[in-house]
Amino acid sequence: MRTLISLCFTLLILSPISGLAQVNDPALEQRAREIGQSLRCVVCQNQSIDESDAPLAQDMRKLVRQRLSEGDTNEAVIAYMREKYGDYVLLKPPVQSNTYILWLLPFGLLLMGLVWFLRSGSVAEEANPGTANDERGSI
Amino acid sequence: MMRGVLPLIIFAGIAVAFAIGLTKDPRRMETTLINQAFPPFALETLYEPEKTETEALLTGQVSLINVFGSWCVTCNVEHPILMDIAKDKSIRLIGHNWRDDREKAKQWLARRGDPYEIIIFDPDSELAIPLGVVGAPETFITDKQGRIRYKHSGAISYEDWEGILKPLILSLTLEIEAQ
Repeated sequence: MRTLISLCFTLLILSPISGLAQVNDPALEQRAREIGQSLRCVVCQNQSIDESDAPLAQDMRKLVRQRLSEGDTNEAVIAYMREKYGDYVLLKPPVQSNTYILWLLPFGLLLMGLVWFLRSGSVAEEANPGTANDERGSI
Repeated sequence: MMRGVLPLIIFAGIAVAFAIGLTKDPRRMETTLINQAFPPFALETLYEPEKTETEALLTGQVSLINVFGSWCVTCNVEHPILMDIAKDKSIRLIGHNWRDDREKAKQWLARRGDPYEIIIFDPDSELAIPLGVVGAPETFITDKQGRIRYKHSGAISYEDWEGILKPLILSLTLEIEAQ
């Protein structure tokens, strides 16, 4: 009996917090939560609608579930939200012309650093012909 | 020589990027809805629950749709300006009562005055999400074909009204209604 009660409590604790807006179909619920995690709660700026308790986020979660149960694909639901709220609603910025700098700059900097590192290494070698000669001499 | 200047150039670049990026208002987002048809809806009016209004409400004349709620603090600030705007009977004000309680909304308007010709009641964001509403107050202007032509986030100031909204409404009123 005690095991049963503690099991119930464990399940209660483990159950997702977004209890208000849930659908019965577990596969659909899983998809709804995936979408929810990729959409920004537009009033709280840096939380996903899945994490947020803001009233608008609740309504957005409800709408995601409603559209999924009407047969929309995940992409269609995200595209719908993006059409209404712009790219801002996506927590992960899309790779497109106005975000190339954002996505490519780290790799560019890494490459520049690497080139600088290799070049300065070779310059240091050339600037120190004494050692180079000595090494050659010793062979 | 170059070695000493390079960090300075990098610093200047970062400084400029931050100066542009950090002075932008993150709440002011570009709206993707400009020149799009007003999203379809079917919602009760605030005063008459048995009466349903749809997007057809917006065709035929220029309208100003104002998103408000009795819970919204900034709406208190904006309200006197809307009352002033409503004095001009040629401008059609439509209220979009968002995420509100019917009774509280009615009390709020009874105390302050009601500038709206019609108020649609949207407690579950059924219209607010398709409209891309982030927070109240927000104001939309639609043309005679019911397309969204302008969106203003936050309270309207007298400068916004005189400088942007009023001239826009006047020019839209003069547009010939294309079929």
